[in-house]
Amino acid sequence: MTSIETRGYVNAEILVSTDWVAENLNSPNVRIVESNEDPLLYVSGHIPGAVEIDWTRDLNDPVRRDYIDPEAFRALCSRLGITPETTVVFYGDRSNWWATYALWVFTLFGHTNVKLMDGGRLKWEKEGRTLTRETPSLTPSDYPSVQRDDQSNRAFREDVLRHLQSEGKLIDVRSPQEFTGERLHMPEYPNEGALRGGHIPGARSVPWAKAVNPEDGTFRSAEELRALYLEEAGVQPNEDIVVYCRIGERSSHTWFVLKHLLGFEQVRNYDGSWTEWGNSVGVPIER
Amino acid sequence: MSGLPPRLQSILDDLSFFPERTERIQALISLADRYSAPDRPKPYPEEHRVPGCESEAFVWVETDSDGGLVIDFAVENPQGISAMAMGVILGDALRGEPPAMAARIPEEIVYEIFGRELSMGKSMGLMGMVRVTKFLAGRLAGRG
Repeated sequence: MTSIETRGYVNAEILVSTDWVAENLNSPNVRIVESNEDPLLYVSGHIPGAVEIDWTRDLNDPVRRDYIDPEAFRALCSRLGITPETTVVFYGDRSNWWATYALWVFTLFGHTNVKLMDGGRLKWEKEGRTLTRETPSLTPSDYPSVQRDDQSNRAFREDVLRHLQSEGKLIDVRSPQEFTGERLHMPEYPNEGALRGGHIPGARSVPWAKAVNPEDGTFRSAEELRALYLEEAGVQPNEDIVVYCRIGERSSHTWFVLKHLLGFEQVRNYDGSWTEWGNSVGVPIER
Repeated sequence: MSGLPPRLQSILDDLSFFPERTERIQALISLADRYSAPDRPKPYPEEHRVPGCESEAFVWVETDSDGGLVIDFAVENPQGISAMAMGVILGDALRGEPPAMAARIPEEIVYEIFGRELSMGKSMGLMGMVRVTKFLAGRLAGRG
């Protein structure tokens, strides 16, 4: 794969290579964060000095379907020794699904000093780099309480309904079978989660995985991504775009691609996604 | 849960001593550490693949000369730590047991072992390992 700098991304600085991470393991203003789907993976071995953020336990409210509140985010960052000046570098399994999800939640709280390790955990491992089971010793910080901004990068159901009325564009990043309503779930996943199948009317189908190289999980070049989203899906960088999937994790990956790699001005992740839309009474559905 | 194979019940009892999530995870990783790939020719035949398991798990369910179960799991994805732990647990719990014993294992055992904070994808992959084991063991029991 070519170097990140030569791939033509609009915000190339947000993506860092495994080499960059290896060179910055001991940088005082860098905190490396692993976020995975598999709850055993971090403890079984992680990048030296990396801490874990668990998508269910650390980022979601334990009772309501929502993300943590400002106090919980302040406590999380303080526990991990993160300050507003810290560069937080995310990586994880599943081609960085959960890493981009965590990065997106940090963005909601205004922590924009974030980066993503290209290729995630898979690439680090394939390169034979060091993993450790040693838990890093952290000095807690005093992160300030910051209000969550649910307007700029997040869409709720009512926002999507308004978006539809104004003929705004949507990207459905689920599998083609989920998009057509043939399945209510990911291939091989249980037939649960939504009472109705299909997609939000007018949504373009661009499965998230088309944005990555399958052999190492790195992102495709800007030219390839533009062909995928601008030419095939017909969305433009100056348009207001809403992305969605089933619960908002796969679509945070596409949000990252559009917002940061291609520089789209207005991209919102509808995290209610199909588990909300496909269960909502009276909302329009297309098959 | 009652009526489980005795060694599986014993594993659950052991895990119940670790109410803290981190301790339970350490115990599960210790189990995963015991995983070793079976001595079987590659590529593994597709008919042994566990459907829906993104850790690329394969399973062989056979009987020894006494009619007891012998179960081999292969986990091709090196990041499939949970699948490795699950394979070790199922292999240990059912070794030497009559094939019909596998039917007593509910798929929800996955939540007893790993907790409820699993993504849908992860829980379905692990449940798939249980489901295929039960199916193949049931077929052997039918022959018996």
